[in-house]
Amino acid sequence: MTVETGAERQDIEPQESHARRWRGLGWGFVAKLLMMALVNALGLSLILSALNVEAWGILVASTVLLVIADLVYFMRRTLPLKYILPGLVFLFVFQVFTLGYTGYVAFTNYGTGHAGSMEQAVDAALIQDERRVEDSPSYPLAIVQSDGELGFAVTDSEGFVLVGTEEDALEAVDGASVDESGTPTEVPGWEIVPRSELFADQDLQQQVVDLRVPVSDEAVDGSIRTRDGLSGAIYTSSLEWDEDALTLTDTETGTVYRASDTGNFVADDGSTLPAGWVVTVGFDNFVRAVTDATLAGPLLKVTAWTFVFAILTVLTSFGLGLLFAIIYNDPRIRARRSLRTLFILPYAFPAFMSALLWRGMFNREFGIINDWFFFGADINWLGDPFLAKVVILWVNLWLSYPYWFLVCTGALQALPGETMEAARIDGAGRWRQFRSITLPLLMVSTAPLAIASFAFNFNNFTIIYMLTEGGPPFPGTSGLGSTDILISAIYNISGVAGGAADYGLASALSIVVFVIVGIISAIAFRQTRKLEEIQ
Amino acid sequence: MSEQTVTATAGDTRPRRTPTRRSRWWGEVGWKYPLAAVIIFYSIFPLVYVLSASLSDSGTLSGSSALFSDLSLANYAALSDTSYWTWVANTLIVGAASSFGAVLMGAAAAYAFSRFRFTGRRPGLTALLIIQMFPQTVAFISVFLLLTALGNVAPYLGINSKIALICVYLGGALGANTFLMYGFFNSIPTEIDEAAKIDGATHAQIYWKLIMPLVTPILAVVGLLAFISAFGDFILAKIVLVSEDQWTLAVGMYQWVSNQLTSNWGLFAAGAVIAAIPVLILFLSLQRYIVGGLSAGSVKG
Repeated sequence: MTVETGAERQDIEPQESHARRWRGLGWGFVAKLLMMALVNALGLSLILSALNVEAWGILVASTVLLVIADLVYFMRRTLPLKYILPGLVFLFVFQVFTLGYTGYVAFTNYGTGHAGSMEQAVDAALIQDERRVEDSPSYPLAIVQSDGELGFAVTDSEGFVLVGTEEDALEAVDGASVDESGTPTEVPGWEIVPRSELFADQDLQQQVVDLRVPVSDEAVDGSIRTRDGLSGAIYTSSLEWDEDALTLTDTETGTVYRASDTGNFVADDGSTLPAGWVVTVGFDNFVRAVTDATLAGPLLKVTAWTFVFAILTVLTSFGLGLLFAIIYNDPRIRARRSLRTLFILPYAFPAFMSALLWRGMFNREFGIINDWFFFGADINWLGDPFLAKVVILWVNLWLSYPYWFLVCTGALQALPGETMEAARIDGAGRWRQFRSITLPLLMVSTAPLAIASFAFNFNNFTIIYMLTEGGPPFPGTSGLGSTDILISAIYNISGVAGGAADYGLASALSIVVFVIVGIISAIAFRQTRKLEEIQ
Repeated sequence: MSEQTVTATAGDTRPRRTPTRRSRWWGEVGWKYPLAAVIIFYSIFPLVYVLSASLSDSGTLSGSSALFSDLSLANYAALSDTSYWTWVANTLIVGAASSFGAVLMGAAAAYAFSRFRFTGRRPGLTALLIIQMFPQTVAFISVFLLLTALGNVAPYLGINSKIALICVYLGGALGANTFLMYGFFNSIPTEIDEAAKIDGATHAQIYWKLIMPLVTPILAVVGLLAFISAFGDFILAKIVLVSEDQWTLAVGMYQWVSNQLTSNWGLFAAGAVIAAIPVLILFLSLQRYIVGGLSAGSVKG
């Protein structure tokens, strides 16, 4: 037990009995108990709410994690895990899982029109197709609200009052009262929205007309809707779902929509219903990225520019930083410290703000670049495909050369003096010294950083998006632009920011990026080892 | 030629007033001063410009091209009518929480890897090394889908929650920092632990009372790097935080500049100056550590 108490070390005679050594629970153990109580409470609440909304994946994952946590912290043999587990949980959920899930999504058609399971797609199809049943009865209806949520209260043919909202299907309530026309006037737990308010408020009217209150949990049963806010009618779909044959039949036209392998309901004449579901599509997304007429060309250009951008950024900023480091690593220069501080200021300025700042400075009409340096010329820096690329490289150079200046200065100062001296004695010229001694030795410490910087810039979403948002756009409908790099192209295609979503294709491109980054890292490893052998 | 110049200057740095000495001084050292002036102009004119724009009276891009034509605090005052200070608070909350969490979890993991010998230690280290090569930001679609699913179960873990964003950042913490810290922990001699163990200290006591004080420098570096990367992150913050009152500075200021750049320019400039000054001070005072940390971690926030 003492292992767990975390109490102060006690100087005790060795022969003293265990019972006497017991000084109660240490504060460390109490703290651990409190932490674990909190973790268990959080975990249990997560499990219960997962059960509530039938999110089985989250239910299983949180149960497993909670059991593991309890085992690890209440067993004595799991000492190392006690220290690693917290980080490991986050790593697994938010990095390993997301990496794996990206891999899965890349092989599906997940996106707009293909979300969720086939059952959800059937429900969506039934709801989208709902129409008022002809000659169906209408029920007296009142608009009710509770906590800002609108609902309908209707009186059915037997005089019972039922209440429901968009989320919750109609359910009978006790203790409601109705007036002589049958309209509910008082519903316990709900506040009746007065007619006058409904007539005065345009937004509210629209919300009421759009409101769809399901009759039951089954989409087949249809819903209650209203046109006037006074009476409601049952709307049902003309589609009929056959669970065994996996077909939706339109009872009015007789068209049969069959479930297809591509996650759609397709009729014999080729027409499809808008609602689909997620299916795995093999390598389709990858194939589409290179064969689709609207996408393949732009994506190729984007990939090429990604490499050009990353390579040129590293080369220019490394080159400039190294040059300045060599020039100013000179003991004869006065005030070197202050000079250095001034040189690296751009690096200390937050990167995203620099990008936004330069975006304003390169503004065509009012920006100071045109105003100060080009005599007020009308140069469309960010709107021209070539100039926009130049601007991005220029700004990234401004941002990152100070980093290389610092790194190279440090590396130069660490160079062995004897080697340089030996070279000088042997009669090596300045250029020769630089080429044959300084640079190779410098590369040992800086090459891994250069590769890391390449990998970082390969995915440097911030600078691209803050400066140009990937624009100017390519002609055509790809939605991509001349300064888009792969990650910003993925961002546009994925539709997480709005618009049509294509998670499948976007994830497939993410996989491509992962592969490229993985290869670069592998090369970096080998290179580091090779360079270390020089030393 | 080089031998002569080197020997001539190495021993004697006193400038002599003879013409040859002077021209040699110009050729070797003197020209570096005008060049330095050019470099300084390149590196700081945007910063001087943003300071001037923040003090400009008009608050628009077109009205701020003359440097320091007027000195008014109108833009700074106008910030309080916007959500700027909410964004600052959000950024500080997210940055502080994720940096605190990254330090705690990274240090604990580094301690375990450095001090305990257990099965799965080597594979664990290798796995971490491989995982950290794959940037979390590229998997943003899965992060989005995961948070959407989690949000249905527990809204505090879903889209538009700062807690969710912090969790996402913490997911990258172990991979990014463990190695940096692991190396540092290894440089603390194990004899210290052994001595403490013989004196009866528990593993927790050794960790909190002995190791942690000794590794404070690396804790500071990791904390700072985690803060900077949370501060500078744009893509994940933009996806996760949807409503204006939840935004961080990066998302909010991007929105200012992307919508109606010209009219929001004064606000942006003032906001940038306020946000950048503490970062600049912190950065310049901790320059050494950051560069050391960067060389090991290689991230620019």
